[in-house]
Formats: sequence, C-alpha cells, structure tokens
Amino acid sequence: MLALDRVRLPLAHFELDVSFETKARATGIFGPSGSGKTSILELIAGIRRPESGRIVIDDVVVNDVPARKRAVGYVPQGESLFPHMTVERNIRFGVRDHQTENFIQRVVQVLEIAPLMRRGVGALSGGEAKRVALARALVTSPRLLLLDEPLAGLDRPLHARVIDFLIRVRDELRVPMLYVSHDPAELQQVVSETMVIERGTVVG
Amino acid sequence: MTSIVVFTLWCAAISTAIVIPIGLAISWALARLRWPGKSIVETIVALPLVMPPVATGLILLKLFGRRGPFGFLEVVFTWRAVVIAMIAMSTPLFVRSARVALEEVNVRYEHVARTLGASEARVFFAITLPLAFRGIIAGTVLALARAIGEFGATIVVAGNIPGRTTTLSLAIFDRIQLGKDSEAYRLLVISVIIAFVALWINEAIVRRRPNAGP
Repeated sequence: MLALDRVRLPLAHFELDVSFETKARATGIFGPSGSGKTSILELIAGIRRPESGRIVIDDVVVNDVPARKRAVGYVPQGESLFPHMTVERNIRFGVRDHQTENFIQRVVQVLEIAPLMRRGVGALSGGEAKRVALARALVTSPRLLLLDEPLAGLDRPLHARVIDFLIRVRDELRVPMLYVSHDPAELQQVVSETMVIERGTVVG
Repeated sequence: MTSIVVFTLWCAAISTAIVIPIGLAISWALARLRWPGKSIVETIVALPLVMPPVATGLILLKLFGRRGPFGFLEVVFTWRAVVIAMIAMSTPLFVRSARVALEEVNVRYEHVARTLGASEARVFFAITLPLAFRGIIAGTVLALARAIGEFGATIVVAGNIPGRTTTLSLAIFDRIQLGKDSEAYRLLVISVIIAFVALWINEAIVRRRPNAGP
C-alpha cells in the first residue's frame, strides 16, 4: 500500500501538493511534462524531502527514513547505470546478504540479462540498459518499484518488448509498481489504475 | 645533489599524501553541500593561488612561528615547514581540479546508489570517487608538481638550510646566486625530467581508465 497525504514540495513554477492512496499492483501517474511526476517519485524514493505531509508505504510513515533504508526500487528516466561498472556489478550493487542467489537468477532470467552480464555498460543498447536498470532495482527485493518514463529515449519497435518485460515483472515477480508516463496508451498496457496530475496536483 | 632531489621528492610526496584527503573533503563539501560561510572558505582556499608565495610564507611564519598559535609544534626552519609550505601552496590547485571533477559527476548516480541501499561512505567511494577519477588524478599531479617546484613560501618559513631544508628550487636559486651555473643547469635538467615523468604518468593513468561517464 502506498499513500501520500497532503505532501507538499515547492517546485520552480508551482507547488507540488499531492494526496492519493493506492493498493493496486501497478499504478500509473499520467501528466504532461513538467507537471511534477518525477518529483513525486523522488519524494517516495527518499531523494527529496517534502516540506510537509506524510508518505506512507505499507502502513509505515517513511518521511524520516533515508533513501537507503526505504527498500524502494527506483528506475529514473534516462541513463542511470553506473558507467564504470560491468552489467553484473551494476546488478549486484544493491544485493545484501539475505537476498538469495536464486532470486537474483530469476530476475536475470525473467529480464533475459544472462548474456549481458560481462558487458560494460557502454556496450548496451537502450532497451538492454533499461532491462539492466530494472533488474538492478528488482534484485534488492523492493517493496515498491518506481518507474520514471521507462520507454523514454527508446525506439518505437522496442516499446512493446520493454512493456512485455514490465508485465512479466508485475505478474511473475509480483512487485508493486508506480509507473510514470506522459503517454496514456503506454500506461494502459501495464497499470490497472491511473492518476492524472497537472501542475503538481492530482486532478483525476 | 641526489640528496636534494630525494629530499624534495620525499617532502612533496608527504605533502601530496596529506593534500589528497584534506583536499577531497574540502572539494566534496564545496561541490555537494550548501552551508553558511561556504563562500568564505572558497576564498580562503583560493587565496594562495593569487597571493605572492612569499606573502603566504609570511602568514605561515606568523602561524607556526614561536609566538604564533601553532608555535608549540616547533616546525619553523625544519623539513616539516617545507612540507607545510608545500601543502599550503598545492592544496588550492588540487581543490580546483577535484571540485570540478566532483561537480561533473551526475548526482543521479548517487541518488540511485542510495535507493539501492548504499551508505553515504559507499556512495562516495564506489560511485563519486571513481567517476571523478580523472579530475582527481589531474589534481594530484598538479599538487605534486606544485609541491616539487615550491619556492617562495618555503624559503620564508623553512629557510634554505643545506642538508635540512634545501629543496630543488632553493638549490637552483642558491647555485645561481653563487655563480655555479653548471650545477644550476644540472638541477634544472633534473627538474624538467621530474615534471616530464609526472605528466607522462598522469597521461598514462588517465588514458588507461575508461571515461567515467557524463
């Protein structure tokens, strides 16, 4: 369960003021560019702190929980893989002792990453890089996965393939996800409920 | 002559070994944090770059002299004063280079590392530092070269005591003063070789390391 209760954050041109609650396995946030979608994800991930309000994940208020202890997987828009590491080192970066090798292998299998493991990040295509970033977030066993425009920057033919992987993550790995996009058609394929945001406020 | 070269390299190495951690801490605080008095610290750190080295030496003499606040350390006119002068003169160069390198590391990588459970120390050592590697190496070489060539501050705070505080630069000056031109030229050639080797090693390290990304 994820809930934001009057979460406020001043942005450059308006103030973010968001309240919503969702228990869906996949929730979408739709809105035009610059409407505050990414800021919402950053607040939930713990990268930014709200000025006021409460962020609740699985019945726990996480406002004062640092990002590293929130167990929230975050796949930001654009390039985010550590460029000085191989794919395997990227994927294992967040692995803690209690995580089983079996789960890591399952994620690698679901996202079809095994052949990429020894490659450098620079040798990956856009679609491959997205899958690796997804895998890196997933192997930490997050209780929530935040996806910021996961198809941005990818060629059209790749969209369906990445969507297919996201659906497999949702159905096979059963990780709840919050999916941000400015494309309603893209959201419809993955999420079961969608919020619309405009100028920092949920409008529908 | 060998002892002068060894002494200079030894002092410069100690100075650089001290400058790196201090300079990294200052650079990181300037690049990543907002805090009151930041601009004052920025100015103080940059001061030795624009002040005459002799003036910096005089400040050090006042600070470390017998009646100064750090007089109890009794470093003036010893090899330790040579190292202190080198630190004072090379820290600004290191900080300028390291700060730019740290600022160029995309904070997105650091944010993602934190969401993956990394502590602040791990974020710095596993993400920020390797990505800023080139700039930090360049800063280290600059600091080392500056330390080896240090003259003005050293002569004020450490003097030019043969066998105790005479560095390569001081020795060259000394030989010129005494009209020992051939010895001065020999020391000059050694200086050029040291500078060449330092820059060559720098290039080799930076070239071997793949670009650390945007």
